[in-house]
Amino acid sequence: MNSNVWIAGGGVICGIGNNLPECLEAFKRMEPGMAHMEYLHSVHRHTFPVVEVKASNATLAEWTGMPEHISRTALLSCVAAQEAWNSTGLGDISQYRVGFISANTVGGMDKTEDFFADYLQDTSKGHLNQVVHHECGAITELVADAMGIRHHISTISTACSSSANALMYGARLLKNNMVDVVIAGGTDALTRFTLNGFNTLMILDPAASRPFDDTRTGLNLGEGAGYVVLVSDALAAELPATRQPWCRLSGYANANDAYHQTASSPDGTGNFLAMQGALEMSGIKPEDIDYINLHGTGTQNNDAAEGAAIARLFAPEYPPVSSTKSFTGHTLGASGGIEAVFSAWSVKEGIIYPNANFHKQMKELPFAPVTKFTAGQELKHVMSNSFGFGGNCSSLVFSKNAQS
Amino acid sequence: MYIYIQGTGCVSPQETAAGNALPATVSPWEGARLKAWEPDYKQWIDVKLIRRMSRVIKMGVAAAKLSLQEAGVEKPDAIITGTAYGCLDDTGVFLSKMINQQEEMLTPTAFIQSTHNTVAGQIALMLGCHGYNNTFVHKAFSFESALLDSMMILREGRLRSILTGAMDELTNHSFNILSRFDIYKKVPVTHEQLLKSDTHGTVAGEGAACFVLGTERGPNTKARLSGLTTLYKPAGKAEISADIDAFMAAHNCSQSEVSLFINGRNGDASGDEWYEHVENTIMAGKPVATFKHLCGEYPTAASFGMWMGCRILAEQQVAAAAMFKGEVPEKFEKILIYNQYKQTHHSLILLSVC
Repeated sequence: MNSNVWIAGGGVICGIGNNLPECLEAFKRMEPGMAHMEYLHSVHRHTFPVVEVKASNATLAEWTGMPEHISRTALLSCVAAQEAWNSTGLGDISQYRVGFISANTVGGMDKTEDFFADYLQDTSKGHLNQVVHHECGAITELVADAMGIRHHISTISTACSSSANALMYGARLLKNNMVDVVIAGGTDALTRFTLNGFNTLMILDPAASRPFDDTRTGLNLGEGAGYVVLVSDALAAELPATRQPWCRLSGYANANDAYHQTASSPDGTGNFLAMQGALEMSGIKPEDIDYINLHGTGTQNNDAAEGAAIARLFAPEYPPVSSTKSFTGHTLGASGGIEAVFSAWSVKEGIIYPNANFHKQMKELPFAPVTKFTAGQELKHVMSNSFGFGGNCSSLVFSKNAQS
Repeated sequence: MYIYIQGTGCVSPQETAAGNALPATVSPWEGARLKAWEPDYKQWIDVKLIRRMSRVIKMGVAAAKLSLQEAGVEKPDAIITGTAYGCLDDTGVFLSKMINQQEEMLTPTAFIQSTHNTVAGQIALMLGCHGYNNTFVHKAFSFESALLDSMMILREGRLRSILTGAMDELTNHSFNILSRFDIYKKVPVTHEQLLKSDTHGTVAGEGAACFVLGTERGPNTKARLSGLTTLYKPAGKAEISADIDAFMAAHNCSQSEVSLFINGRNGDASGDEWYEHVENTIMAGKPVATFKHLCGEYPTAASFGMWMGCRILAEQQVAAAAMFKGEVPEKFEKILIYNQYKQTHHSLILLSVC
């Protein structure tokens, strides 16, 4: 039960790159991905910038070998899950008991909303193949089937913290020896449903978002997918010398803010409890954390609550912090997975990611985000935060060495 | 470590929410759609909140409250839910307005309540529960994943009680659309005819069932959750047989110890062949009870089956309407529940009296 959970690899696709190396280049060059909508068709296309994956469904289908007509959410998922698996050097997937735990928030909504336009005119109309993958779980199964995974599959949806919880559940499956290896993370494509939903909440920034900046006014929506591959001590020992694990998933915790359906409590109670719980499980103190990959959406409320919780837990010394959402946008159900890949890679390569668009210190906080890309540092422990609607708060800790 | 079922609660097409027991008389339905019998929610929820809540939220909260009451637990250490479709009504409302109003002049309430974790979040909010909170949304494994997560967490030994449940609502839109996939009966059937109809299709259902799981016995604990497993897309009936054998062996349960076999027969001729196979092989000679003629078919219907199994163990009797074949046993000690959904998602749950 107390065995380690190792990160054997990872894969990501988002608006700043179609794989991890491309994303790293974008961070180095300080090139955030906000742009006008190219693939999403919305009346708001000239109002709100988004961070789209720069590939059509046809292209994604070609890369994955999946049919073009299925949900973009599944196509994105497959690209990142395949990259994650291939990065491990584990070889033929059929020789393992594999778990695929994928999160998303709206399933095949990108197709459902097309179906619904016809259906509302006449309930006998609308192509059923556009709604057959509406359920969140259908997205996971499309990818599991394409990759030949059937030992344990599941889907989690806790709004913006969804895929962090997928890593936790995946880690438990490993610790209980139910599987040999788990591909865990999440996916979400941009949809009109979510764009309009966030617009009604008046938290979309018509310019590039400014997480943890005093002048921040909202978030930019993004899309993508991100997965890590979790393995136990036994399988980690079998990895080829050239493909050693990136790091360990040493701690995780999930807590509920229990304050409001969408807003965070002013003192960030849930955020605090999640970070505190993750540190406790890792067996480390706040001062041992060398970098925090923030939830950092760029909304007034979110950043204030997360900042307050960090101030309370980490005072008086603060580790370097940054929000990679200032590059990728907020990818919702995918964000925890994408940021888990970035954070795990950060431990491996000693990378601290920059926070774009930061100019003005938040009055209420004693710390500011890092604005420059650096690599080659000695990072022992990196924390990744994901907080969402419904009060769902999750924190993960990635650590360098084996538990002594 | 044993996992005890300290309390149960269920809102279903039967009057299960009234007395937390399966009534002797079965509520009739019309067409191919069973609607949940809804209790007076005011006993658990503030009237102002009730007006804003969709049915799936109200059903989920009511089932949660019923199970917590029976368990004598005010605030569980964690809340874990499973829902295949999530908050369909609010999703449909927001989607329809978005399309009809060309993405203009929309209001946030339906969007806020459309997220799949709304029910678990609302329960946490109402109870002031800051503990672990998770929602699984994997089709007909949603409930089973929530149960498995709960079991794994309890076995870690840090938490004492977890509220675990599943909820799914049927809306006019979802019933219309699912009907177009040709999965429901074309000709009306009664609850007595459904399981013997030998024709294509089933009837649609909905509901919520919650359980308080814990590592210790509570004041009203009558059953243990002894085992759970899932099987995705088995190659054929031989594979499910092997899986049941392995499951029973893993839990040191012989065929002779099973007092009652509950399965998910839903009246769809080809789907019911799976149950028929198990009834005639591994479970040959065992009394069989069924539940989908009482709750209808939906992806998290296994939660109703587990609720019914728990009530049978607690009361040591089974409602006549639930019996499908065989003699009613004198004592109920172990109950095996086998459910499959659309022949792709199979699950096994083992309950024991305590």
